[in-house]
Amino acid sequence: MLNRYPLWKYLLILIVLAVGLLYSLPNLYPEDPAVQISSTRGDVTLDESRLKRFQNALTDAGIEIKASETRENGILIRLTNADDQIEARDIIADMVSEDVVVALNLAESTPAWLESLAASPMTLGLDLRGGVHFLLEVDMDAAVTQRLEVNASAIRETLRDERIRYRNTDIDDRTLTMDFTNEEDRDAARQLIARQFPDFTYQNLDEGRGAALAMTLTDQAVNEIEDYAINQNLTTLRNRVNELGVAEPLVQRQGPNRIVVELPGVQDTAAAKRVVGATANLEFRLEARPDTPDSETEEFSFRNNEARTATLMRDVIVTGDSVSSASRSFDENGRPQVNIDLDGTGGTLMNRATRTNIGRNMAVLFIEHNTRTRTVIEDGKEVEVREPYTERGIISLATIQSALGNSFRITGLDSPTEAAELSLLLRSGSLAAPIYFVQERTIGPSLGQDNIDRGIMSVQIGLLLVVLFMLVRYRVFGIFANVALAANLVILIAVMSMLGATLTLPGIAGIVLTLGMAVDANVLIFERIREELRGGMSVQQAIHAGYERAFSSIIDANITTLLVALILFSIGTGPVKGFAVTLSLGILTSLFTALMLTRAMVNLTYGGKPVKKLWI
Amino acid sequence: MRQFDFMGKRRLAFLVSALMLLVSIGSLAVQQLNLGLDFTGGTLVEVRYETVPALDTVRQTLEAEGFQDVSVQTFGAATEVLIRLQQAFDPEVGEQVVNLLRADGDNVELVRAEFVGAQVGEQLRDQSGLGLLVALGIVMVYVAFRFQYKFALGALLALIHDVVIVVGFFSLFQLDFDLTVLAALLAVIGYSLNDTIVVYDRIRENIRKSRIDDMPVIFNDAINSTLSRTLATSGTTLLVLLALLVLGGDMIHNFAVALIVGIGVGTFSSIYVASALLLPLKLEREDLIPAKKEDPEAEELP
Repeated sequence: MLNRYPLWKYLLILIVLAVGLLYSLPNLYPEDPAVQISSTRGDVTLDESRLKRFQNALTDAGIEIKASETRENGILIRLTNADDQIEARDIIADMVSEDVVVALNLAESTPAWLESLAASPMTLGLDLRGGVHFLLEVDMDAAVTQRLEVNASAIRETLRDERIRYRNTDIDDRTLTMDFTNEEDRDAARQLIARQFPDFTYQNLDEGRGAALAMTLTDQAVNEIEDYAINQNLTTLRNRVNELGVAEPLVQRQGPNRIVVELPGVQDTAAAKRVVGATANLEFRLEARPDTPDSETEEFSFRNNEARTATLMRDVIVTGDSVSSASRSFDENGRPQVNIDLDGTGGTLMNRATRTNIGRNMAVLFIEHNTRTRTVIEDGKEVEVREPYTERGIISLATIQSALGNSFRITGLDSPTEAAELSLLLRSGSLAAPIYFVQERTIGPSLGQDNIDRGIMSVQIGLLLVVLFMLVRYRVFGIFANVALAANLVILIAVMSMLGATLTLPGIAGIVLTLGMAVDANVLIFERIREELRGGMSVQQAIHAGYERAFSSIIDANITTLLVALILFSIGTGPVKGFAVTLSLGILTSLFTALMLTRAMVNLTYGGKPVKKLWI
Repeated sequence: MRQFDFMGKRRLAFLVSALMLLVSIGSLAVQQLNLGLDFTGGTLVEVRYETVPALDTVRQTLEAEGFQDVSVQTFGAATEVLIRLQQAFDPEVGEQVVNLLRADGDNVELVRAEFVGAQVGEQLRDQSGLGLLVALGIVMVYVAFRFQYKFALGALLALIHDVVIVVGFFSLFQLDFDLTVLAALLAVIGYSLNDTIVVYDRIRENIRKSRIDDMPVIFNDAINSTLSRTLATSGTTLLVLLALLVLGGDMIHNFAVALIVGIGVGTFSSIYVASALLLPLKLEREDLIPAKKEDPEAEELP
């Protein structure tokens, strides 16, 4: 019979609607401003008694607490008032040690029964909640050069152990060149090194007097180094961002050599940038003996006194990479110091080096990679040239009194802030390659709220206008279309929540546009039904023909739009992606509501009954 | 229902199209596009004053400190100021600007600061151009597959027509062309295509079932029978876009403008460019007959 759906189709539609409603529900519960206290270390306990003390301190300061809970890895305190958030964080931060991270957060207030169904609200993009967005580029050339330097150091040590004499080492692009006095030394060295360092291709160079050995990294080795550099940088940046105490940060690789960092809620860009972009590291080196050959030494000046210099060995005992934990404190004279714990290997290396060198001086060298941008005129055009440069300075030079083990402290820092940042950097690990900022956006929280308000407002007004238009034009069928439109909005929000998609301002624009276009399918069908009625078909036949004949138009039109949306998604970044996601999801959900849902309603109302006239 | 003789006026419509294209291309050649920060690279700082500031003073303050190419304009409200530094500075410049303006004793709040490296902008420009081309290419292949290559050619020319005119509009009025406008442009492609496909679908249907070979008559018939649908859909979408334009705020103002212009032009082009072009392309009944007629049962609604 015409215009009847089998029962299972009605049931299917009902189930989809119910699921849509259920999973879009969490978006109705507003998020609570909250303070999140968590510890990165296992030995710090955050239990009920700690929570009690925090609660008391907050109540004393006149801050209203809505709820609080202890979780697996910390405590979450929900506040009634968003204005209290920063004050509450500061109060709690003063009460805990440095290992505990206190962060501002917006806690979901989804009821437990919904949470047990894994329903959660959409996450809001930076443009809707305020925060900082950085795009960082990893300097791959520097990563390769750094690796070559490390290898050069190891090769020199090997050669010294075997008493093979070498003169100079030189690094150019991805090639390491070593000079020897004669060919015998060179050949012996080559035999020795080639076994230990398989990442190189070796070539003998014979120029003038003496002999040289050129070692070039293979393409595969370079790829591995670059992969390592970006992955290591990702890890380090994640650690650092966690140390900053940001809730729900995003650290993500983008393309071959870029990293996106998004810090919602952060307003102090300067501090965030200092910590995220810092490339500081430490090196521990012995001071050179007066009789050490020049090729094995380097001269550095002190960080707080440029005029004072010291000559250090080229070889490094350990670097900051071997630090397992670091914290700031003050020595007996009230000067800032950093307490350092080394990991197993680092401790062994340090112990071995200091044990045999008691009485000698050991220097702590502070290293910072930086870039400066210069504008030069090239072919009549202004071109920016980025020049990396490295600052190295000694922060302390002290006599080794006894063999050092895993933990010790370093002094000689300028200020407590510097000590705190240095310890943070040592804890989170150093960057495997220098990075620089290529894009940066800061969105104030007021703009975020403003964007939400305006977005919601325009969705409401737009929806209202469309609903009125459809009612006036198609009467009863207008009601069907409007119900479908509302269902479309609900399902779209549910799907976005389920997929964990991020709602951005262009995303809202995408939703609004989808609403405008979602009625298109219904318009096509209804116009066709009207036409068939005018052409003299009976009511039931007209409905059937309307849906059937409009189908190919609808499918073609939606598939082409979907294709465009998918291309948008694949080429776009940030805002364009957000728009593409909502648009493509919107197309899919609108196909369901405009075709199946309206048809079900039409069939229920008119199907199988003798109908004389359609209110269309 | 009244029948409009669309095809009879196609020469006039071609003239109008040609004129719009000419103005667009002329404007693009003479004054180019006012590319936004996303594409050019540079720094943009939006600040909010408590009281209305004198823009000249703001500019002078910044120029006195050695910033070059400073452009200062209000954004939305008179107390909100958008400062653009087309030169790419180091990323700290945002904070420097706010501190500098605060030094004058005004209460200045940083609303947003954006910095885009010149290289990133350049890459984005290339990528976007490529994206547009890929989108056009894929759509053309799809139309050629579902209809016939003459339809694909007509649809493609209509899309290029729309894109050029919207971009020309932004050039003519020197509106900011940024990433959101690019997104809007792609949405226009999707929308205009939607429109074109609906008309094409009807043309195909009419050619197959009618016995006459007079193409202009068949086309007129198809356009007239889809006209109320075209107007209803454009109408609802425009309603929503007007809501966005008026209420959506400054960040999506240009997005809405691009779509409104695009939908206007797109509706026009699906009738007068995409369909009318099929006449000089000599579309014949034979072009569609070999295409296997769809089995109505297979396409029945779910």
